[in-house]
Amino acid sequence: MGLMELFCSVHYWDNFMSLSQAVIDQHGLSADEYKKVLEILGREPNLVELGIFSVMWSEHCSYKSSRLHLKGFPTTGPQVIQGPGENAGVIDIGDGDAIAFKMESHNHPSYIEPYQGAATGVGGILRDVFTMGARPIANLNSLHFGEINHPKTPQLVRGVVAGIAGYGNCMGIPTVGGEVCFDACYNGNILVNAMTVGWVHKDRIFKGYASGLGNPVIYVGSKTGRDGIHGATMASDAFDDESEKKRPTVQVGDPFVEKLLLEACLEIMQGDAVVGIQDMGAAGLTSSSFEMASRAGTGIRINLDQVPQRETNMTAYEMLLSESQERMLMVVTKGREAEIKAVFDKWDLDCSVIGEVTDTKRMVIEFKGAVVADLPIDPLALAAPIYDRPRKRPAYLDKVTLMPEISEPADYTKTVLHVLASPTIASKRWVYRQFDHMVMTGSVQLPGGDAALVRVNQTNKAVAMTVNCNSRYVYLDPRRGSQIAIAESGRNIVCSGAVPLATTDCLNFGNPENPEIMWQFVESCQGLTEACLALDTPVVSGNVSLYNETSGESIYPTPGIGMVGLLKDIKQRIDIAFKDDGDVIVLLGQTKDELGGSEYVKQMLGKICGPCPDLDLAAEKKLWTLLLQLRDAGFIKSAHDLSDGGLAVSLMESAFAGDTGFKVEWQSELRADHFIFSESQSRILVTLAKKSIPEALPSLKVAGVPFSVIGYVKKDVAVATHNGKVLFEASLADFKTAWEQGFEKGVFAN
Amino acid sequence: MKIGVVVFPGSNCDRDCGQAISKVTGAQILYLWHKNFDLEGCDVIVLPGGFSYGDYLRCGAIASHSPIMQEVKAAANRGMPVLGICNGFQILTESGLLPGVLMRNRSLNFICETVSLKLENAKTPFTRKGKVGAVSRMPIAHMEGNYFADAETFKTLEGEGQVVFRYCDEKGQVTEASNPNGAMGNMAGICNKAGNVLGLMPHPERVCEELLGGTDGAVLFRSLLG
Repeated sequence: MGLMELFCSVHYWDNFMSLSQAVIDQHGLSADEYKKVLEILGREPNLVELGIFSVMWSEHCSYKSSRLHLKGFPTTGPQVIQGPGENAGVIDIGDGDAIAFKMESHNHPSYIEPYQGAATGVGGILRDVFTMGARPIANLNSLHFGEINHPKTPQLVRGVVAGIAGYGNCMGIPTVGGEVCFDACYNGNILVNAMTVGWVHKDRIFKGYASGLGNPVIYVGSKTGRDGIHGATMASDAFDDESEKKRPTVQVGDPFVEKLLLEACLEIMQGDAVVGIQDMGAAGLTSSSFEMASRAGTGIRINLDQVPQRETNMTAYEMLLSESQERMLMVVTKGREAEIKAVFDKWDLDCSVIGEVTDTKRMVIEFKGAVVADLPIDPLALAAPIYDRPRKRPAYLDKVTLMPEISEPADYTKTVLHVLASPTIASKRWVYRQFDHMVMTGSVQLPGGDAALVRVNQTNKAVAMTVNCNSRYVYLDPRRGSQIAIAESGRNIVCSGAVPLATTDCLNFGNPENPEIMWQFVESCQGLTEACLALDTPVVSGNVSLYNETSGESIYPTPGIGMVGLLKDIKQRIDIAFKDDGDVIVLLGQTKDELGGSEYVKQMLGKICGPCPDLDLAAEKKLWTLLLQLRDAGFIKSAHDLSDGGLAVSLMESAFAGDTGFKVEWQSELRADHFIFSESQSRILVTLAKKSIPEALPSLKVAGVPFSVIGYVKKDVAVATHNGKVLFEASLADFKTAWEQGFEKGVFAN
Repeated sequence: MKIGVVVFPGSNCDRDCGQAISKVTGAQILYLWHKNFDLEGCDVIVLPGGFSYGDYLRCGAIASHSPIMQEVKAAANRGMPVLGICNGFQILTESGLLPGVLMRNRSLNFICETVSLKLENAKTPFTRKGKVGAVSRMPIAHMEGNYFADAETFKTLEGEGQVVFRYCDEKGQVTEASNPNGAMGNMAGICNKAGNVLGLMPHPERVCEELLGGTDGAVLFRSLLG
């Protein structure tokens, strides 16, 4: 009997029967954890209570395997208003403006039911941000799919992209950026990470506190149904062949209701009636009420009869564990209920007082005249088990970091075309064309650049944002690969002309009970810590998604990074596009023989191997400083980060964006393919006006950043010469066609 | 001049429209709530884009029955300038103020991108400062923009000069390749017989300042000024 059938067959009045071992096992609690439950309660839990423990102590809600290792993250700084622990992190961008942001995973649901899984992922992260009182101004997403020739990939890509579009477009929040990658390790477990960025006045930030004895607890938004029950528990379990049967645990989203909820909540937050507010996300009513009471050190009494219900004969168990979407829990000042109700009536949303704040530090839940659960708050919310799980350096590392010999391409034009057409590299227009990326009239840098730029509230300020994780590097070296994810995110932001400010992370890993995975996780956390400290980008919010594996096969460790930066004067923005004929192309940073984990090697050998590229955090920081200096001096005409695909791809992308071309040449000890496809870090391709060169060169020379002048912008052609030998000399249009069509041809041709 | 922007539940370009129109015209902007039976003395009505009523049933179908639309219909029939953008266009066809329907895009996907448009009617209150034949660039962002009408209506639209904007290439050629959604006759915007009601799929409010990629949309609002 599965969990679903099990709890559907049990009525609430059976709650006080002794629970069988089978029932306890079904709830995913270990013997030790169940012992702890007995200790806390001093008695056996009933089924409702067991369900609550089960979700509250699930990996998804309690972070029991990861918590210990997240403690090291730098989380403070003058720019930080709210660090981790709230619904979203908040940073200060001056003039009373603050930015709330967070990234979250919705991996398991998106694999089982791609449209709804991805859609509700967007819905959930939007609620996390507007719960803080912030109006969402942008969405981003990081999508990792399986190999392009895997039979499930095309429908997963279609479904996930349509789901994100369906939700974000209807909400009227622009989806301004993201990444889409393909690797075989995601064949059975895709990653869908969604990020929302919102604006809030610094003095109008709301938090999830259930304070004030006697204050009413109000339920607002959609009615509660039977969907998503035990979603959090599912998200804390590995996949197997039976996973598709878990489809009923996937929630169904209604972005229309969420749009109403957003407007109604923000309207109410203009006043001072709201004491605390929290979204009902994973583990629904249970986790939101426990967390709010725990933060405030209070208790809550709830009467489930008052919960708006979409279906008949729902049990207490179902109502408490439902993950129906578009719901919020609010605590408001006693006596102000009518004005809250008036606003929700205006927006045609349910609004019901379901309980009150008490001083008992207990959660007491009543239903049909009986107490169905009576639990202490803190032991559940705070005393969840914390594990220091064993870890062991993975055996694969010794093998995959070896780099086999690659024979030099006979025809560089062909090879470059091939790499440009790879769906991981190719234009993502097919994807972002389905996202409304211009609504709200703030999108200054549209998708296709290094970082998105969104104007703040019709001012001259813009927020730069990006999401990033090249998990191939993390696979080859979890610590350095994670540092690179931070460095590259920051570099993207610098390339838009902005200053990186803070980070949100979405840590996607395999099964933490496997010591090799746990080793990856801990190494990765340490790498993130080192990079965030060195680059002054503290972590202000985040999410951990473990058990990303199917039938024992784990994904690459994928610490998805979302980063936000500030551009104080929007006129100083920079984009990737080459501009005018004759502009001088300069490569900042050093190109080393680093093909490990590169797209080129994947295309040539069909595998991810070799040593992870090196990263010197001090050199990275110097590079950022130099770029921002050149920006201030007004020298920069374009800037583009070098990442997957190396110099060859960055040159092409800048030319495509500017609808122009280039002529470049260099001397190098590296073989030509090693040079143009190297994925050495801390490099940026910039163009400067010819006339500013005499002035710019001296400042370049003293900056301590290696650089080389490699050529100039030249309309319509693509010419590259290596050590005096022409590598390719072709019309830019040919390359552009391959790059423009690569995604659709690669993903959907089969 | 007072310009009313109607707010339906699910409208999401209402603020964009209000801000852009205010910037371009300096006119007073009133946001009109869908449940009201009052246009509050507005001289021009704008039905903004979005997903009114979640686009449930059919895009614009439920909104066309909302209280405020009864007033908008009456005012439009008296000759008041009414502009429907994107979902607003869908509401205009559903309410019978404009003929035809907007079907799902030929690709069946949502499309957000900047397209070229050719102005063919510079007599409406929203286009009278434009030039017939001029090519402009404006973004579209919709799932249902594939305009369709029966043969007789199509003939009338063409014959009576009711086609205001057509999708075209950058040189102004109306071609199949420049038709993003399959709209009949590349129609991007049409008006009623009297010319005071205009519906269009592109979003002029999104291109009213250089920072956002152009100012080609401003002409629609500037045309309202004397």
